[in-house]
Amino acid sequence: MQSPVSPLEQHPLLAGYAPSPGVADELFDGNGVMRPVWRPFVEKFLRLDPAEIPQRFERGDQYLRDAGVYYRQYTNDVLAEREWPLSHIPVILHENEWAGICAGLSQRADLLEAVMADLYGPGRLVSDGHLPPELIAGNRHWLRPMVGVAPRGGHYLHLLAFEIGRSPDGSWFVLGDRTQAPSGAGFALENRMATGRIFPESFPRDHIHKLAVFFNEFRRALENLAGRTMEGARRAAILTPGPANDGYYEHTYIARYLGLSLLEGEDLLVQNGEAMVRTIEGPQPLGALWRRMDAGFVDPLELDPASQIGTPGLMEAVRLGNLAMVNALGAGVLETRALMAFLPQISKVLTGAPLAMPNIATWWCGGAAERAHVRANAEQMMIGPAMAVNLPFDIDAATALGGQFRSGAQASISDWLESEGGALVGQEAVTLSTTPAWRADGEAGGSVRPCPMTVRVFALRTAQGWRFMKGGYARIGQEGDATALAMQRGGAVADVWIVSDKPVPPASLAPRPDGGFRRTIPGTLPARAADNLYWLGRYVERCEDAIRLIRAYHLRLAATGTPEDERLERLAAFLEANGVDIDQPVPDALLARLDAARACASKVRDRFSTDGWLALKDLAKTAHQMTATARSGDDAARAMGVLLRKITGFSGLVHENMYRFEGWRFLSVGRALERADALAALLIKFTDEAAPEGSLDIAVEVADSVITHQRRYRVQTNRDTVLDLLVLDADNPRAVLFLLNSLKHLLEALPRAEVAGRPGEILRALLPLRTKLSVIDPEAVTPELLREIRSDLYALSDLISQHYLR
Amino acid sequence: MRYEVKLKLTYSYDAPTDHARNLLRVLPSDILGVQRVTSRLLNFDPPPSERRDAVDFFGNAMTSVVWHEPLAEIGLELVAQVDRTSAQPGLDLSSPLGELPAEIAQMRSLGPDAPHHYLAASRRAGPTPEMTAFAQAVLQPGVTARAAIEAVGRALHREMKFDAEATDVDTPAAEAFANRHGVCQDFSHIMISCLRGVGIPAAYVSGFLRTYPPPGQPRLEGADAMHAWVRAWAGAETGWVEFDPTNDQFAGDDYITVGYGRDYDDVPPLRGAMRGAGGQESAQAVDVIPLD
Repeated sequence: MQSPVSPLEQHPLLAGYAPSPGVADELFDGNGVMRPVWRPFVEKFLRLDPAEIPQRFERGDQYLRDAGVYYRQYTNDVLAEREWPLSHIPVILHENEWAGICAGLSQRADLLEAVMADLYGPGRLVSDGHLPPELIAGNRHWLRPMVGVAPRGGHYLHLLAFEIGRSPDGSWFVLGDRTQAPSGAGFALENRMATGRIFPESFPRDHIHKLAVFFNEFRRALENLAGRTMEGARRAAILTPGPANDGYYEHTYIARYLGLSLLEGEDLLVQNGEAMVRTIEGPQPLGALWRRMDAGFVDPLELDPASQIGTPGLMEAVRLGNLAMVNALGAGVLETRALMAFLPQISKVLTGAPLAMPNIATWWCGGAAERAHVRANAEQMMIGPAMAVNLPFDIDAATALGGQFRSGAQASISDWLESEGGALVGQEAVTLSTTPAWRADGEAGGSVRPCPMTVRVFALRTAQGWRFMKGGYARIGQEGDATALAMQRGGAVADVWIVSDKPVPPASLAPRPDGGFRRTIPGTLPARAADNLYWLGRYVERCEDAIRLIRAYHLRLAATGTPEDERLERLAAFLEANGVDIDQPVPDALLARLDAARACASKVRDRFSTDGWLALKDLAKTAHQMTATARSGDDAARAMGVLLRKITGFSGLVHENMYRFEGWRFLSVGRALERADALAALLIKFTDEAAPEGSLDIAVEVADSVITHQRRYRVQTNRDTVLDLLVLDADNPRAVLFLLNSLKHLLEALPRAEVAGRPGEILRALLPLRTKLSVIDPEAVTPELLREIRSDLYALSDLISQHYLR
Repeated sequence: MRYEVKLKLTYSYDAPTDHARNLLRVLPSDILGVQRVTSRLLNFDPPPSERRDAVDFFGNAMTSVVWHEPLAEIGLELVAQVDRTSAQPGLDLSSPLGELPAEIAQMRSLGPDAPHHYLAASRRAGPTPEMTAFAQAVLQPGVTARAAIEAVGRALHREMKFDAEATDVDTPAAEAFANRHGVCQDFSHIMISCLRGVGIPAAYVSGFLRTYPPPGQPRLEGADAMHAWVRAWAGAETGWVEFDPTNDQFAGDDYITVGYGRDYDDVPPLRGAMRGAGGQESAQAVDVIPLD
């Protein structure tokens, strides 16, 4: 039969597109005809000016950079971040094909739930001989404390991911199940945003199913699972291992997107059998946790005793049925590679039907017949640890592929199979389908080429059954090798478009089934988040103060030309007393403070605008870069000027854009307290009777009040004018009294600020000082009074910590 | 043999600790054919804000206690009366060691007594080439499973030096074995590792041991300590036998069992968590008083 060839297939950008024989391709069918589902997109794409293609791709990459999307790899530097490897051309699937995939996976999800219920319940799969006991009893993901525990809500599994691939015959199969803490849903969102920048045209966009539907349902499912107490709703939240985890960015992103608190183990406590969040208003009940932490780490008392990131007693809250985990603790056992060997049979036993979608063919080498089969077919096998829970292509040195050891060390595969049989599993070295990916090379500046791919599919349990994200993300492997191994090195990720023949209504405007618009009150601030925001405020202010002092020094150094000047010596001594070595143009102590601010911010990224975070990151980066070039004197003064503008940029973002809720208050309290304290310290040193001439000017300059002083007093600085302006002035944002007034307003708005209609302990610690400064004259502002201010502020900070931050 | 067992523990913290939570496994339980508990009482000072008693996977009694108010010191006292009935084992009718794998494979169960739990490496005990080689060297060809267990236990007793100062609770078994010294916990972990290395399922037992004062001297109060020994599976017919490598004997009626586990981590007498800085100190006193 003659296959019709349209001009589209002959386009130069597609000229090099040659799928390998015996491999299914997403773009072309077996006859070399472009699949109809791709045609509208390809027509648009090939009509682009060749020069425009890289520009469009850059738009997507730029979006990801601006949004702060990165991928973290475990390296020596735990904070190493790598650019997000977006493969710009999406994978396109028709909604009818997707519905078939989802039907198959829906059966699989039910099957996994049934296996889970058996492994933590009656154990019939083992006693009836459908599963070898050693695969479970010797499995570190099978958690004994969960045996016999009924999960809250009645189900173990709520959110699942499946890694699927397409066989040469066009059918789909499962490479792996993700049940422990499925990752990537947030990345699917980010890929979609980036792809939207690259292909903004309304067609075919209008025909692509939206992801938001899935996330709306997910949030609702979590809230339902969390349930209520007599007093009100319990909270649902996300549990993260913290900033050093490779998925942390996604955790912050998805927490912001869903409007859920991102909690670490320290944020929780278990009291009277209930999991509670430590918040600034005291412990609040928690009903559901979407955990992004492997189960073993969750509770050091009953699970892994070495865990530093868990919460003692959490297992007890689970056992008592007061806390639902998404997914249940112990769900990781379902990821065991060897389980794949038994699922086809288990499916028949538990559901009465064979698997609707097969999984990768797997043989557990504990059985003699299976071992013989694996030995005879070692050339077409990946042989690796039976208990491994990573995906087949995440193979390690202890894996043999195609009859060869990855490490090349062991003697013979046959001996290996014989001696370690039950610890090994053989899996078919599957062939994946290929999909178009852009390769920027060749004369035309790039072309579209077939690369192997797998797709990650997300399933959510709802009251109406399993619901699937209409989309997902695809992993794209290296060109020229369609085995699963190609996915391992230097893979990229791509958006997955599920397209309809008809336009799809925009999801975000769809009315909620539970009654339309609802303004949600942000949850009470966790105490640890409040603590980090408070210290972020303090550190940022401490940085600004140091920058102003350092600049004041270098400006004068540039003018005098010698550090042997009384004022310079006084400044240097003052800086040194604060740990700043002024001989370094960009002192280490300043860098340390910037890093401390950034570290605090990194722990509350979910409560923070992306712009604010990037501004802070940029500030720290700039300062570090300056160390290489800045020289003392005028140059350093100018460098400090640059940093000052950047730091005020950050402050501006916070001031202008941050929602005036608890988090902002703690940040502002931190700043005001630090600023008032720094002012008092500055004035003690520079309004001292023994201070050299010009010291008062330094104080006014560091307090950024030079212009105000000129306008208000029309005289040269003297002790009274300076102390009046910087201590007693209620209208100068750089005066102690002004700051105390701000503190009063901020602290009054915090929970439990008043007790039985009277000021609480914190306000009582602040009010006398404020009243005093409101009524005295500048002559009364003695060094003793300034010291008293400092010690009062110190006590105030302590009280705030005690009341809210623990 | 009937005993009264007393245990006193004191924990003090450098700085008052906020929201202390402890999980204890110190209460002996009834074990069919081994012991019967006629009374048991566990009290805390100060009294905890919360207390829950439960049974863990292995069948051990587990007590969870929480104090909501900050506290600097926690004391606990256990008093139990136990009738121990297990005797020294009789005639060895256990399977040949070579038949153990097939017998294990026939045990289709995930129950706490199933041998499968105790064959794979656990957090603190697992075969190492050195310990496996040691065990293999002391086994005669055609040995029965029970004789193998006894041979490994006795060989370890000969080889190892009891030294209360040389190791602590976190010393790895491999390190204690390399230095051939340690306390009952080390002896037990090493024996478990050796047995697993030659295919014998082996478990950790935590409990109490009656000690005998030197001839002519009175029993010293509080001089005993908690003890640990080994439980190993000798085939479907014989089942589990208990051997104490520290004292070179099968565990008979001088022993009182508190809990079973794959290793110490499954049955620590006390696991605690607190918020707040500062170290903690403990004092322990144990009395095992024969009543017959």
